[in-house]
Amino acid sequence: MTTLAEPVAAVPLRSGNRVLRTLRRNPAGVLGAVLLLVVVLAGVFAPLLAPYPPAEVHFTTPFQQPNTVGFAFGTDDLGRDVLSRVLYGTRTSLEVGLLSVLLAVVAGVPLGLVAGYWRRLDAVVSRLTDLMLAFPFLLLAVGLAAINGGGLGNAAVALGIANIPTMIRVVRAETLRLAESDFVLAGRSMDAGPSRILGQHVLPNALSVIIVQATVIMPAAVLGEAVLSFLGLGIQPPAPSLGIMLSDAQQYLFRTLWPGVFPGIALALICLGFNLFGDALRDALDPKTVSEGS
Amino acid sequence: MGRYLLHRLWQSAVTLALASVVVFAGVRALPGDPALAMAGEEADPDAVAAVREQLGLDRPLPVQYLRFLGNALTGDLGRSTRTGIPVTQMIGTTLPVTVQLAVYAMIIAVLAGTAGGVLASVYRGRWPEWLANGFSLAALSVPTFWLGILAVVYLAVQLGWFPASGYVSPLRDPVRAVYYLTLPALILGIAHAAVVQRQTRSSMVDALASDYVRTARAKGLGRVAVVFRYGLRNSLIVVTTVVGLQLGGLIAGAVVTERIFGLPGIGKLTLDSVFTRDYPVLQAVVLVITASYIVINLLVDVLYTVIDPRIRVSGRTS
Amino acid sequence: MGTGAPLLEISGLRVAFAGTEVVHGADLHVLPGERVAVVGGSGSGKSTTALAVLGLLPGGGRVTGGRILLRGEDVTHAGEARLRRLRGREVGLVPQDPMSNLNPVLRVGRQVAETLVVHGKAGRRDAQARAVEILALVGLPEPERQARQYPHEFSGGMRQRVLIAIALACRPELLIADEPTSALDVTVQQQILDRLDTLTRELGTAMLLVTHDLGLAAERADRVVVLAEGHVVESGPTREVLTEPRHEYTRRLVAAAPSLGGTSVAVGPGLIPAGPAEAEADPTGPPPVLALHGVSKEYPGRGRGGPLRVVDDVSFQVSRGRTTSVVGESGSGKTTVARMVLGLVPASAGTIRLDGDDIVGMRGPRLRAARRAMQPVFQDPYGSLDPMFLVERLVAEPLRIFGVGDRVTRAARVRELLDQVALPAATAGRFPNELSGGQRQRVAIARALALDPALVVCDEAVSALDVLVQDQILRLLRTLQDQLGVSYLFISHDLAVVREISHDVVVMRHGKVVEQGPVDQVLSAPTTVYTRQLLAAVPGTSIPA
Repeated sequence: MTTLAEPVAAVPLRSGNRVLRTLRRNPAGVLGAVLLLVVVLAGVFAPLLAPYPPAEVHFTTPFQQPNTVGFAFGTDDLGRDVLSRVLYGTRTSLEVGLLSVLLAVVAGVPLGLVAGYWRRLDAVVSRLTDLMLAFPFLLLAVGLAAINGGGLGNAAVALGIANIPTMIRVVRAETLRLAESDFVLAGRSMDAGPSRILGQHVLPNALSVIIVQATVIMPAAVLGEAVLSFLGLGIQPPAPSLGIMLSDAQQYLFRTLWPGVFPGIALALICLGFNLFGDALRDALDPKTVSEGS
Repeated sequence: MGRYLLHRLWQSAVTLALASVVVFAGVRALPGDPALAMAGEEADPDAVAAVREQLGLDRPLPVQYLRFLGNALTGDLGRSTRTGIPVTQMIGTTLPVTVQLAVYAMIIAVLAGTAGGVLASVYRGRWPEWLANGFSLAALSVPTFWLGILAVVYLAVQLGWFPASGYVSPLRDPVRAVYYLTLPALILGIAHAAVVQRQTRSSMVDALASDYVRTARAKGLGRVAVVFRYGLRNSLIVVTTVVGLQLGGLIAGAVVTERIFGLPGIGKLTLDSVFTRDYPVLQAVVLVITASYIVINLLVDVLYTVIDPRIRVSGRTS
Repeated sequence: MGTGAPLLEISGLRVAFAGTEVVHGADLHVLPGERVAVVGGSGSGKSTTALAVLGLLPGGGRVTGGRILLRGEDVTHAGEARLRRLRGREVGLVPQDPMSNLNPVLRVGRQVAETLVVHGKAGRRDAQARAVEILALVGLPEPERQARQYPHEFSGGMRQRVLIAIALACRPELLIADEPTSALDVTVQQQILDRLDTLTRELGTAMLLVTHDLGLAAERADRVVVLAEGHVVESGPTREVLTEPRHEYTRRLVAAAPSLGGTSVAVGPGLIPAGPAEAEADPTGPPPVLALHGVSKEYPGRGRGGPLRVVDDVSFQVSRGRTTSVVGESGSGKTTVARMVLGLVPASAGTIRLDGDDIVGMRGPRLRAARRAMQPVFQDPYGSLDPMFLVERLVAEPLRIFGVGDRVTRAARVRELLDQVALPAATAGRFPNELSGGQRQRVAIARALALDPALVVCDEAVSALDVLVQDQILRLLRTLQDQLGVSYLFISHDLAVVREISHDVVVMRHGKVVEQGPVDQVLSAPTTVYTRQLLAAVPGTSIPA
């Protein structure tokens, strides 16, 4: 269920205007951006938008159909408002996604830079990457859940760790390429030290692949959270999570499908938004696309 | 080539050794006292101490690790604290199910993915590309377990095209075995097909724009020869890499798929052992999954040497 | 030759890429058995014109006007089926870059045999044997064995032979050679061109030779067609075009072509009038800026049975205010010498003295001080400037690293430097990818001069540039040397360029110095066989000016 990082080559994220212009011309990218905006707004303002607290039960009105007065998306087995839970669940998904991207960036980028620049450390980092890739993130989450119990933090940490190796690989590959470039060689012969080379030349030039990789990790982490929660290893009830809603819905599937439809759509829209936007961003940053415009 | 494979073998051994340490340490770090769990919550301290001694838990950790490693290498992975069955036996019955599921899913993913990728790259900017891109975006965005649930409800229960759950051993009835696994494999394979397709498409697009393809066309070669002998042959290297990287995700996905379709695979065993805190089983399962991942990746590297003559002859340096 | 109906006739050809026309009505023809060279700089439309014949315009390219006649048949808008029969059978193509034009996963013999099979010249069995024969014909020493090898096991020259074998396999009447040797070393280049000459003469194949190198065209073609910015500006018999160029562009091209004028550094403006040889010999003269003594570089365990020696006991000097060139083919170790001098690669043995101090094994502040006195200019003007930075920041980078001046004085220094390299002050606010190749190389030179170094190491600094731009940069380097008294260590594979810029020359081969001395002496009266070979291989040297 993890969508794997495809190694990407991209032009330096410099002329932001040009990148924006290329993005704007891409209808799929615009659609992705709009979707993202809607999703993020829904998540951020969930407390204002939701008609009920997400865990509030209404025992008298279980299994309401959508479009019932007071329950636009209907209710679940406990009479909880599906709309409110979807809004809060979206918020949870985004939180977990952001946290894991953050973790993958904070740990993966420095390790990738180091592995790409110093050959000696490369072997060590590469073994570490292999090891991390060999452990399915699910098992990691299992371990964390067993130690600390489930929860948003653990899900985010497990998903973040699961995505560190691909981030390392992407950054390492880019660093290797940039370290061989003439401008780094020029910098070195002008006596620029490693921190200057990595910080001012390599990192800024690698920024675009890092951002593109982040847009790959984000939807993978959102789906990952749903999977973990679905299995009972992620967010713990009664906290709202789209994955838990789907898991609950599975139990009374044959009675009504509705409580499972909306969280599924919400998940799909979140991921579609990131995927569309990420693809458009990748195209906009692709040297081939940009050089045509220059 | 020999040196390259030897090098990879060594790397895999190191990774595997590291993995065993992590698994061992990880299980020791879990809360709860296995001796207490085995002896029962109400057992008196002496009984617990006896169990502890019997399990070797009173020895220093390095000794425990070596013993664990030695036992694992001789195929003794301990007994389940829940059922008392030897863990090796439990894995022996569940692993084949998951392997079948994963292989079936990967076949679907590779076939559908390469076909879609080739079509999308050959018909750039026309409807096959739009269709293929639309499929991959949808497959990557829709949670596949949700798709699985819907498939169970509609395709299996309402339409009755597939069994909703269950497993038949291929040794007993190969046709029914395939029939029972088709829906789970399809669901598991879809997201991976999307990833394979995207990679195939992008590397095919690069290959078809390459100088050697232009030279091939300048020879007067037809479209089919150019696309397959020049485009796809070169893209296969990338596809192989992706498939290797996908395996981790495939195993994770198998856990969910097995749960939805009620398959008695290693994924189910993992979940059961987590929820019942059956540590010997958990420890063994993690070790087996990690080891198979490492071994499969080694096999992928061997496959490289078949596909890419540059490695076959010179040995790869990377 | 010169009689009969033309084999290929292009008239009023217009080609556009995504709506932008790049070839504006080109006319040219090739008679059976004739060799015609199409000469022009990058962006002149010469390759586009040639590829249009095969219907192989790169993505987005379209013929928007004019006609292409092959033996009288209009193939301008021929369908794919017709073009497929044409390609390889009637018109062969030898592409530019041998490294990227062979399928890496197919055996070489198969790639030749394919052409025969697809055009029905041989059955599958038969084709393999024929392929071996053809590979022997293009000069592969062990065709039988080599046919079973993969492209990556071949050198660039060998790969280019394979590509020629593919192009000639079906004995086409016309061969289009698109810069067939510009990616190769000069001596290899000569062998390949000779082989191409012999084979096409034997087979009676006409050749359309696309090249940027006027010297090469002069030597190999019966007629020359000069293209500039999508227009044919001049065409005629080779000798006529070279000796009496009528168009302004052709005149500039002839004047700039380094090998044709035969001018040495002495002709350049403002050079030290005293004979270089005397200054070199004067023991009481000022000490050299750079002196290498017995310098070697080994990589342990990379060679067969022992360490690989890429540089072996190299000694030479760079005198103050003068230029020493290190010239050699690929694998000669010249680039490694440059990197050792710059302190990017540690030397395994010997001394490298910069202003008298040995920099081998130097570290910390002393290396820092040494590096301040020595700055690089690299080959690729697109790669050597960090695309993230404005020109101002790029030029100021060495000043920042060495903490020279404050923001204001640095800005002033950048303006001064840009002025010195003849770039408008406004360039400071541009990004490198908004500049042309020549402008970028000027920026790189400005950056190299920022710290007033005693020595500038130019590693193939003009090799990636068009002839006319190359000429301008060489002039700039000479002017700067006169004004600032800076010394150059100039690394190049191009003897013609070396002759223009340097006072002294060091010829390297397989990591060793073959010959060295004042440029006039070495290039006009070489004492070693290798230098003579190298000189003879330079295209155009046999053509009288």
